[in-house]
Amino acid sequence: MLKIENLHVFYGGIHALKGISMEVPEGKIVTLIGANGAGKSTTLRTIVGLVKPREGKIIYRGEDITGKPSHYIVRKGIALVPEGRKVFVNLTVYENLLMGGYNRPEDDEFRKDLEYVFSLFPRLAERKNQLAGTLSGGEQQMLALGRALMSRPKLMMLDEPSLGLAPKLVEDVFKSIQEIHQNGTTILLIEQNAMAALQIADYGYVLETGRIVLEGTGEELLHNEDVKKAYLGG
Amino acid sequence: MTLSTFIQQLINGFSLGSLYALIAIGYTMVYGIIRLINFAHGDVMMMSTYFAFFGYIIFRIPWYISFPIAMILTAVLGILIDRGAYKPVRNAPRISALITAIGVSFFLENFGIVVFGGRPKGFRIPKLFGHIFEVKGVTVPALSLWIPFFTAIFLVLTFYIVYRTRRGMAMRAISRDMDTTRIMGVDVDGIISFTFALGSFLAAAGGIMWAMKYPQINPLMGIIPGLKAFVAAVFGGIGNVVGAAIGGILLGIIEIMFVAFFPQLAGYRDAVAFFLLIGVLIFKPTGIMGEVLPE
Ligand SMILES: Nc1ncnc2c1ncn2[C@@H]1O[C@H](COP(=O)(O)OP(=O)(O)OP(=O)(O)O)[C@@H](O)[C@H]1O
Ligand SMILES: [Mg+2]
Repeated sequence: MLKIENLHVFYGGIHALKGISMEVPEGKIVTLIGANGAGKSTTLRTIVGLVKPREGKIIYRGEDITGKPSHYIVRKGIALVPEGRKVFVNLTVYENLLMGGYNRPEDDEFRKDLEYVFSLFPRLAERKNQLAGTLSGGEQQMLALGRALMSRPKLMMLDEPSLGLAPKLVEDVFKSIQEIHQNGTTILLIEQNAMAALQIADYGYVLETGRIVLEGTGEELLHNEDVKKAYLGG
Repeated sequence: MTLSTFIQQLINGFSLGSLYALIAIGYTMVYGIIRLINFAHGDVMMMSTYFAFFGYIIFRIPWYISFPIAMILTAVLGILIDRGAYKPVRNAPRISALITAIGVSFFLENFGIVVFGGRPKGFRIPKLFGHIFEVKGVTVPALSLWIPFFTAIFLVLTFYIVYRTRRGMAMRAISRDMDTTRIMGVDVDGIISFTFALGSFLAAAGGIMWAMKYPQINPLMGIIPGLKAFVAAVFGGIGNVVGAAIGGILLGIIEIMFVAFFPQLAGYRDAVAFFLLIGVLIFKPTGIMGEVLPE
């Protein structure tokens, strides 16, 4: 579904991605793990066109989307739940969800998806007309997920959705990711919590200072000695 | 001061303030979404009066056709300025954009002097707006009532767009977080152009009514109303559309009342706005409607 070939990204003089190649097959959960500053967020931001690569290709469903504007890429069915939630604090919860479905008419399908989001996160329904800035951190994370769902993405990319959440909420978030996946959305997941990510992932990549150093099925990586040492706490 | 002169001055102040309000909204919307103080905004307003002048006076097209055309042309000018001057420096440091805005302002003023001539041109008032009313000793030019009337229509239209439509929602989203708005699938550059178009359209409404009120135009006429509308935008809370409208109307009333109560200080009339600006910046930098939102 998504194929990345030899991607190089620079921030001024900083060489953040040094030739990354990876693949996300349709219907799978793929995870990208790595230490702080490895280039995980940069990878996702490059896929959605917020950062332009200096070299390399991004192919999405057979189309070369490298260097295309973000709104074009997003309209093709890719959604990003950005690092740190980034809900629109000055809009209401409901308006945030509308923003997620910005390019869709408010028809029956749209209302059905809204119902789905509210069934997944009943909290959001209760707080529909409240400014998003007044939600708790966990509620904002749910809103960020719901907002991404409203575009009805074929590929949903999540950048550390469990960041800063209490263990119980982390569990909830992972459950909802799996549920979204079972409803037919392909997932590309970034996580600090490598254990949890690898447990639900079909395939994983390990990123180290801008390079992919290891890849394999979730199972393989979970039992890999290097991964255990570096990311699973021994 | 008698009650009737007071009422008369209040109406005058309200009508002047309406014009500031229309111009201030363009400042505040552009600042709100790209954090740029568009110093050329007053000059855009000046251009609108020449568009109206050519349509209405030179080509003798009826006002209800020539004025809307002038407003649309001004909106197009706003888009061209955004695309041609501001978009290329969008990712540059903010000071570059500010300097660009000052450059655009000088360009429009000198373009006006070269092309239209520096001498003021008389602006004829359409008959409908030219009456003078007298009710119980209060004399009011009809225009002073028409101006708030048209302003109210344009304000309602603007508030509707900003607070009730998708584009308006995208504008508000961009004002907080441009990149995240992009990944919602919003064509951000398109929304920014739309904002310039809307702001310029409103400035044209204000400008044309200004031209009827005074009734003459010249290439430097945009400077003072532009600066005062900027003060009004800051007074109302820069970035806030409702605030700009309220700030503009209040500024107009304060200015006229100052002259009415202290006629011997009438020469300082233009200074009132700037004293107000200093006061606002010292005592309430966020302005009337400026709110501090949770991050
Ligand atoms: N806007 C930027 N300007 C300059 N350097 C940047 C920018 N964004 C990221 N970098 C640098 O690029 C490298 C990769 O950053 P990135 O955010 O992709 O890391 P990450 O793997 O997501 O880290 P984390 O786990 O902390 O979120 C880092 O060295 C970072 O300092
Ligand atoms: Mg990151």
